[in-house]
Amino acid sequence: MEKPKRKDGSIPVGENLSIKNQELLNYISRHFGGKYFRHGSIMDIPQISVEPQDLWSVCEKLKTSKHTDFKMLLCLAGVDYVEYIQIVYILYSLNKAHTLAIKVDLPYDKLEIPTVSDIWRAANWYEREAHDLFGVDFSGHPDMSPLILYEGFEGYPGRKEFPLHDYDEY
Amino acid sequence: MVSYDDVPRSDSSSDFDMLLNMGPQHPSTHGVFRMLLKIDGEVVTHAEPHIGYLHRGSERLTEVEQYHQVVTLMDRLDYLSNFNNEWVYCRAVEKLIGVNIPERAEYIRVILGELNRIASHLLFIGTFGLDIGAMTPVMFAFRGRERIQSLFESVSGARMMHNYFHIGGLKEDLPENFSDNISRLIPILREDIEETDRLLSFNELFVSRTKGVGVISKELAIDYGWTGPCLRACGVGYDVRRTEPYSVYDRFDFKIPTTLDGDCWDRYFVRVMEIYESLSIVEQALEQMPDGSVNVMGRRLVRPAKNDVYMKAENPRGEIGIYLISDGSDKPYRLKVRPPSFCNLSALKELITDTYVADAVVILGSLDIVLGEVDR
Repeated sequence: MEKPKRKDGSIPVGENLSIKNQELLNYISRHFGGKYFRHGSIMDIPQISVEPQDLWSVCEKLKTSKHTDFKMLLCLAGVDYVEYIQIVYILYSLNKAHTLAIKVDLPYDKLEIPTVSDIWRAANWYEREAHDLFGVDFSGHPDMSPLILYEGFEGYPGRKEFPLHDYDEY
Repeated sequence: MVSYDDVPRSDSSSDFDMLLNMGPQHPSTHGVFRMLLKIDGEVVTHAEPHIGYLHRGSERLTEVEQYHQVVTLMDRLDYLSNFNNEWVYCRAVEKLIGVNIPERAEYIRVILGELNRIASHLLFIGTFGLDIGAMTPVMFAFRGRERIQSLFESVSGARMMHNYFHIGGLKEDLPENFSDNISRLIPILREDIEETDRLLSFNELFVSRTKGVGVISKELAIDYGWTGPCLRACGVGYDVRRTEPYSVYDRFDFKIPTTLDGDCWDRYFVRVMEIYESLSIVEQALEQMPDGSVNVMGRRLVRPAKNDVYMKAENPRGEIGIYLISDGSDKPYRLKVRPPSFCNLSALKELITDTYVADAVVILGSLDIVLGEVDR
C-alpha cells in the first residue's frame, strides 16, 4: 500500500479507488446534480458529501436508480468533530456489489437532518441510536424515543464533551 | 416507566387486550432484552422491543484506549464469536497502517474464526431447541461446543475473551500439540454435529413449530439490513467471504448454503449446513497452512496516519462492519461498530405482530441475537 503523501498525514481523496468505483462516482455526479457533491473516498470505498437539505432526495435516487441500486443501508455512524457533527451512511448494493459512503456535516447550532427511515427501514433504529448518542434530530422520524439509553438520561454520551472518567451514574 | 396507556394501540385493539412484559430477565430472550407485548388472547396485537440494558459505551471507551488495547473491548461485543470480532478490528487497523500479516497468521485466523463460527452455531442450535421445548439437543450441542472451547483454551489460555489476535498478526504461535488436538477433534466434532442434526432438524414436532413461522420476504429482509444466515434463509446468497473475499478465503472451496422460504426452520437449517462448510474450510486450511512467523509488528505502538476506514467481515450472525477514524494519535478518534444482530433484531416488531405468543419466542430465538453487540 502506498504511503500517505500529504504533510499532515492525510491521503489525497480518490487515489485508492478502483476504476469501477470511479465510474460510479462519475455516474452519480453526472446524473444526480454534481454541484451538490464533494467527492472522496474512505480508503477504497467511494464517498460523496451532501448538504443536509439534499440528503433525502439523493438517497431516494440512489435506491431507485437502476445503475446505483443501493437497496441496503449497512451502517449509519455519527462522528463528533467538535466544530460540527458528521453523519456517515454506508450503502451497499447486492446486485451490483458496490459500496458507497455518504457524509453529511451538521453544524452544532442546527443539528437537524431529514430521516431516511422511510427509504430504508434499517435506518429506523440507527437514527434513534444516533439521536441518543449525539443529539441529532432526524426530522420526520416516526418514533424518536430513547433506544439504548434510558428515559430521562441527560447529555449526549457520544460527543467528545461528555465526561468519560469522572462520570457517576448513581 | 412505560405504562399501559403509553403503548400505542393498533386499530384492532379491543378492551380485552392485555399487556405482557417479557424480559429483561427472561430465559427465552437470550440476554437482557425486553419486549412489551399487547396480547388479545394468544395473539400478539402489538409489540414494542426495548434494548439498551447492556449498553456499556464500548464505542466511546475505545476513544481513550490505545489501538492494541481496543482488541479486548471487541471481544466483549459479540461474546459468542470473540475471534471473529477481534479479527475484523485487527484487519481494520492493519488496513489503516498498511500492514500485510504473514500467511501463517492468516491461516490460523481462518481456522480459529471458523471453529468459533461452529461453536456459535452449536450454541444457537441448542438454545433454539430449548425455546421450542426440546431439552435434549442442548446437551449434544454443548458437548461439541465444549470441545472447541477446550481447544481455544489450549491456544489462547482462555475459553472466551481470548485477546489472541493482535494488530499485525497473533499474540504467539500455536501450541506444539495443536495439530494433534485438532486432527483428533474434527472427526469427533463431525460426529457430534451429525448426531445433533439427526436429533432435531427433521423432528416432526420441531418442524411443525418452526416451518412457516416468522416468514419474511427477501425484499423486506434487505430493507431491514439483514445479513448472514438470516438473509441467506430468504434466498439471498450474500456472504462477505464470497462477495469480497478477505484474508485467504479465496483459496478455499466452500459453498454458501441458502434456503428459499425465509421462515424459522430455514434460518435454523442454514446454520446447520454452514457448520459442515466451516468444518471443510478448517480441514482445507490445515492442509495448506505454511510455516513461518505469525507477527510482523511485535509490540510496537500503533500510530496510523489521519484517515478513516470501513472494514467488513462475515461473523456467525451476519456482516460486522467497523468504521474507524484515526486522527494521527495512538488512540482511535471514533470507532463505530455495525452489529449484525442490531439490524436483524430491528425487524422483530414487524415479525411478531399478529403471531401467537409462543411463536414470538421461536421467532426471536431464530434471529440468534447477542445483546452484547446489539447494545454495545
